[in-house]
Amino acid sequence: MHRYVVRRLLAIVPVLFGISVLVFLMMALLPGDPAQAILGPYATPENVATLREELGLDSPAPVRFVTWLGNVVEGDFGRSYSLDRPVIDEVLERLGPTLLLAGSALVLSVLLGLVIGAVTAVKQHQWQDKLLTLLVLVGISTPAFWLGLLFIVVFAVWLGWFPVSGMYDVYGGGGLADMLHHLVLPAGALAAVATAVIARLTRTNMLEVLRQDYMRTARAKGLKPRRVILRHAFRNALVSVVPIIGLQAGFVLGGAVYIETVFEWPGLGRMLVNAIGTRDILLVQGGVLVVATAYVFINLITDLIQYALDPRIKVQ
Amino acid sequence: MSEARRDSVGPEPRRRHSAWRRLRRNGLALLGLAVLVVIVLAALLAPLLPLAEPDVTDLADRLAPPLSPGHPLGTDQLGRDILSRLVWGSQVSLAVGVFATLVATVLGTLIGIVAAYYGRLVDTVLMRGIDVLMAFPYLLLALAIVAALGPGLGNAMIAISIVNIPFFARAVRGATLSLKEQDFIAAARLSGYGSGRVLALEILPNVLPAIVIMMSTTIGWMILETAGLSFLGLGAQPPRADLGSMLGEGRQVLTTAPHVAVVPGLVIFLVVVAINLLGDGLRDVLDPRLSASGDEGTLSEQQVRELAPERAAAPDMARDGALLHVADLSTYFFVGRRVHRAVDGVSFTLDRGEALGIVGESGSGKTVTALSVMGLVPRPPGRVVGGNVVFQGEDLVAAPESRLRELRGDRIVYIPQDPMTALNPVLSVGEQIAEAVRAHRGGSWGQARRRAVEFMDRARLPQAERHLGSYPHELSGGMRQRVMIAMALANGPDLIIADEPTTALDVTIQAGIIELLATLRAEQGAALLFITHDLGIVSELCDRVLVMYAGMVVESAPIDDILRDPRHPYTRRLLASVPVLGQPDRSMRPIPGLPPAADQLPPGCRFAPRCELALDRCRVPPIELERIAPNRRARCIRVHEDVARGPVL
Repeated sequence: MHRYVVRRLLAIVPVLFGISVLVFLMMALLPGDPAQAILGPYATPENVATLREELGLDSPAPVRFVTWLGNVVEGDFGRSYSLDRPVIDEVLERLGPTLLLAGSALVLSVLLGLVIGAVTAVKQHQWQDKLLTLLVLVGISTPAFWLGLLFIVVFAVWLGWFPVSGMYDVYGGGGLADMLHHLVLPAGALAAVATAVIARLTRTNMLEVLRQDYMRTARAKGLKPRRVILRHAFRNALVSVVPIIGLQAGFVLGGAVYIETVFEWPGLGRMLVNAIGTRDILLVQGGVLVVATAYVFINLITDLIQYALDPRIKVQ
Repeated sequence: MSEARRDSVGPEPRRRHSAWRRLRRNGLALLGLAVLVVIVLAALLAPLLPLAEPDVTDLADRLAPPLSPGHPLGTDQLGRDILSRLVWGSQVSLAVGVFATLVATVLGTLIGIVAAYYGRLVDTVLMRGIDVLMAFPYLLLALAIVAALGPGLGNAMIAISIVNIPFFARAVRGATLSLKEQDFIAAARLSGYGSGRVLALEILPNVLPAIVIMMSTTIGWMILETAGLSFLGLGAQPPRADLGSMLGEGRQVLTTAPHVAVVPGLVIFLVVVAINLLGDGLRDVLDPRLSASGDEGTLSEQQVRELAPERAAAPDMARDGALLHVADLSTYFFVGRRVHRAVDGVSFTLDRGEALGIVGESGSGKTVTALSVMGLVPRPPGRVVGGNVVFQGEDLVAAPESRLRELRGDRIVYIPQDPMTALNPVLSVGEQIAEAVRAHRGGSWGQARRRAVEFMDRARLPQAERHLGSYPHELSGGMRQRVMIAMALANGPDLIIADEPTTALDVTIQAGIIELLATLRAEQGAALLFITHDLGIVSELCDRVLVMYAGMVVESAPIDDILRDPRHPYTRRLLASVPVLGQPDRSMRPIPGLPPAADQLPPGCRFAPRCELALDRCRVPPIELERIAPNRRARCIRVHEDVARGPVL
């Protein structure tokens, strides 16, 4: 029974390897001298020469990759020239806020998306269905960065309900309540698109399930509608929606880049955008590697949830 | 030339025509098209439009609000005209989005087709590469690429193209794989065509529709994402502006002049909504099966009532001791403007403990009759439009849903045709039986499970205790049907409706299931309504039989009489067309022709078009179900003539 779990765990090894190869190749794509690029435009020729030596730029790429990978595994991502501190420190400091923002947006969108999708499917062709289906279409087409700006204009500037940006009040001294107050708008803006996508897929899957023979069996047993819908229909629809939630986690992590920029949220996304702007390539590498790894594990978790939900996987 | 393509030459123009009509009926898609046309035209005609220069700054006139003189949408922080910048910016955004889509489509298609066609190592290498690309969160990969190549509109476009390649590659690979198995590809290969030629001439044209649908659904997304990179300052660089970079620049004055950022965002939103509306519409047209809404329009409540036959008042409760009395039952399906008369005036009576067979071809209304009795006709589109179902003195057609729910699964149970699909795949069979027990007897799950085991045992499911936690896919078809029987009998029903319970099963286990059903029914003293197309099985199980054709009862009689002396021409042809147990030497003759469609029923006798005895009179309604013997009825005007007896010619 645990064979699936073990196999699934083993399967992430080649994926992580592939990711590291690609991230390493980013360096190879850099025009000009990587040492110069890493140290920035103002580095002295001596420093560049030293780094060239350290990186072993004269040795062949596979050798360099093995050295680099060894360092990465030990947590050594190099030193950020623009921040003048180890990349790993900066990345870990910013990972928390990003996971908090993306995580709360994902939870919000899953809860809302599942409910909206299920309701629209059960009320197919009625006004609730038509209204929500239209809203979902609008949601899917909304740029997250624009929605964030609209939220700021409406809820922060005009209504003054929430702070415009940041994670803590400069003067308030922080605290959980303060942080949550700052979290509402960015998490809401980030959740909107994912909610729409999850709602749409839940609706499609629910409609498919509602047509199945076993739904008639459930009704023929004289079960209450609540049990027919929740235990029989929704439970089945969930099986096909869960993998999509893993996919959405990837979009939410990407969307966090916009939202962190719009709301000046101190997360990895904003760090990445700044690092690209200053051409701080080691910082970009570290950030991308960490987020991609987090995403691999999120997908692992959704796969395991699906495994728990769907007994049919066990026999394969 | 391939089969598939040759086939499609004929009907193509007509299909296009109706496709356009269907698109025209989709108001939202048309709206999307209109918005898109306006924006695209404006972007294309930008040089010709009477617009201010987009890049001329005028600091004296900065941050003018919308509707200012000379600046319909106001100016930005450098005093540039927003409307003009929007039009020019749209041009850049649209061009980049379209180009990114084309690049992603071409490369993705190439990878997908090659991987699928050559298979093996090529496939493995290409698809593992694609997997790695997909292991990154979408936008993050784009950022990494831009980081390596450096910010700029061209690089942003390349990044967005690359991250979208996997979606196209996977979809095209899937489509190609299924094509590869088809005969016309093999034929092309056997006739000596080279790989390149087969790919370009045979496979590509056939995966093209799928590619077009994918493009229409991703292009909006790509425009949006390129704008996003520009918004982050990683795409279009000043002075060049696309919609995204305008939004990004406007962010600096968001609190004082929100319109500078909000208006470009609105245009991005409109473009994407328009494309998605149109894309949805196109997909519905190209692949109507996925359509969310029936677009034919449905009949109003008033029209439905006019079409329904007169509903008789509940009859006096028929004969003494009758368990179920069905009188003039009519169930129609309303699909668009068409009315399918699936069950049309069916009457029968079932005594306590009696077994009645309903026999007929597929589509004769047997199953719908059964579902109507249970109140399980899917509505919409189905509706019991007339008649009564009197069960133990109570009219079920008029009964509220809550009352039906009490009876269903308790007094009246249903054993469906296909146990493969009738059990919920993600719930254990123990739970599925136990929940039926709990729904009507209450009690704890533990008690319900014990009762489930007891009845699984009685349904002769081996090792019942152990199978309590089994899932349907772990059981064989016969075992699943035993589960269904255990579920049906666990509450000691008065009426069992079995809808072809052995049709989907292996022939070798059919007899066992039938025997089990007969034994358990006798033990519990339940009545049985047995639906089948097999008169042989009816003769083993049932006392009487009802023959249905095109929604009507054409003959009803004790089973022995039917077998010995069938009177309705349809019954006689039916008997001649199937083997009967114990009569191995009979020759079988199929019935010529097909049953009429339920929305185009002939007037008069519905069997007349297929009946060799039919006269002109047969086509004049009404043809009544007539009593021909003390307990026999038949719906045929020639039933008393000599031609209606003897062997079928």
